[in-house]
Amino acid sequence: MRIFDPHIHMTSRTTDDYRAMYDAGVRALVEPSFWLGQPRTSPASFFDYFDALLGWEPFRASQYGIAHHCTLALNPKEANDPRCTPVLDALPRYLVKDSVVAVGEIGYDSMTPAEDHALAAQLQLAADHGLPALVHTPHRDKLAGLHRTIDVIRESNLPPEDVLLDHLNETTVKAATDSGCWAGFSIYPDTKMDEDRMVTILQNHGTEKILVNSAADWGKSDPLKTRKVADAMLKAGFTEDDVDQVLWRNPVAFYGRSGRLQLDVLAPDPLHEGNSILRGGE
Amino acid sequence: MLKSRKELDAELGGAARAWLDEALAEAAHDAARTEATHDAPGPEATGPCTSPPWELRYAAAGRHCGLEHADSVRSLLLVEARASLPSVTRLYEQGTAAERRAVLLTLHRLDLGDTAVPLVEDALRANDTRLVSAAVGPYAADHLDPHAWRHAVLKCLFTEVPVAAVARLSHRARGDAELARMLGDLAAERTAAGRTVPEDLRTVLALTAPAEGAQQAPPTAAPAAPAPTEES
Repeated sequence: MRIFDPHIHMTSRTTDDYRAMYDAGVRALVEPSFWLGQPRTSPASFFDYFDALLGWEPFRASQYGIAHHCTLALNPKEANDPRCTPVLDALPRYLVKDSVVAVGEIGYDSMTPAEDHALAAQLQLAADHGLPALVHTPHRDKLAGLHRTIDVIRESNLPPEDVLLDHLNETTVKAATDSGCWAGFSIYPDTKMDEDRMVTILQNHGTEKILVNSAADWGKSDPLKTRKVADAMLKAGFTEDDVDQVLWRNPVAFYGRSGRLQLDVLAPDPLHEGNSILRGGE
Repeated sequence: MLKSRKELDAELGGAARAWLDEALAEAAHDAARTEATHDAPGPEATGPCTSPPWELRYAAAGRHCGLEHADSVRSLLLVEARASLPSVTRLYEQGTAAERRAVLLTLHRLDLGDTAVPLVEDALRANDTRLVSAAVGPYAADHLDPHAWRHAVLKCLFTEVPVAAVARLSHRARGDAELARMLGDLAAERTAAGRTVPEDLRTVLALTAPAEGAQQAPPTAAPAAPAPTEES
């Protein structure tokens, strides 16, 4: 079984997670830039973070045989902080990088005018750079937030087939799929979605243009939720081809729209045997 | 390892070759422009809007010419543009790991003197072995001071970057008693911990012998126990 986790924050995870993910079948992932839990106070700390998503984290992933790509953006929550908004001006130099496969996470958190501006500006950046967009849908007032998101996308220069609406659930899946966008579901231990509810959604809505991710980060989350959904799908009678479509071909098709997906992990240095992040000076 | 223009032309497809032709022409144009305005004080390009077009090509090289050719293409661009210190510094500091690596691999082919040493020092602080191995090339051999160079060799041993990557290793190591001491201490530390002494350590230690056959202490005997797998 091959698995592509289209949304996971590996910066917050350990090498044990990388190993377990590889053992579970994960061979590729996309790490969206997002909020770190602790607010940032200057654009420079975003840039260091972006540099890590373009440097150190792909190196770590490659040691475990996993292809790492990222999406970069000013996230919705920090779009409200004027100390952080200059990040928007620097994004163009980052969006030309080879392993950037989308603009994201963008979208709404509290649905403020500042978030309106950041979302529209970054949808335009995606269009300008030939990139799709990964759009976070809000935790609070989710359905209203989704409708507002879709309205902004319609007004943008980015076609809906270049947009992945993420963190969907039973109440938002219909409006999302009716919009022509791709539909993403984050499977969490307690919140958002669980694997059995995900299977029900797949039974009701089919397997086209639907992506499943773990969205694992520094919170209570599980980087193996993608595999658990795959197992739950098989148990519920879906075929292996259905599983491959949802957990591999759909994310490949969506992020492949960037033209930048490189799924052949360059072989790790044989001396590393794929299992060591070596520390200098020990 | 880096391919020449001729070798690339033979391996690249038509679209990639055309892209490379245009990119190199832009780099050459920038070199000529810089040459023409060399004496005139002017602002260096510092941002995405003011960077010369070939620098954007530099970022996109992997997806147009293939990841396996990205180092070579980026290196050719730097040479063709006769990249200045501000230019290589910007490309390094704003670059992905792959872009940084290409800067490091090309420093010795640019007219920079020792001014780019801080970039090499930055790379040697990294734990990304792609950067460490690129940092110990000919430029480091020419410009790193003895202390920094010895630590670069030790860094290779710690991160398992093959010392074959260290340019002019035998030349710089010959007769370096301080390096020999450091290697002996590392071997003793490994032995005390029940860990194997890397074969590369013996290789470098042998190279530290003075040229005229003076005696050099042999390395501490290696233990038979296998190395732990988590780190080495």
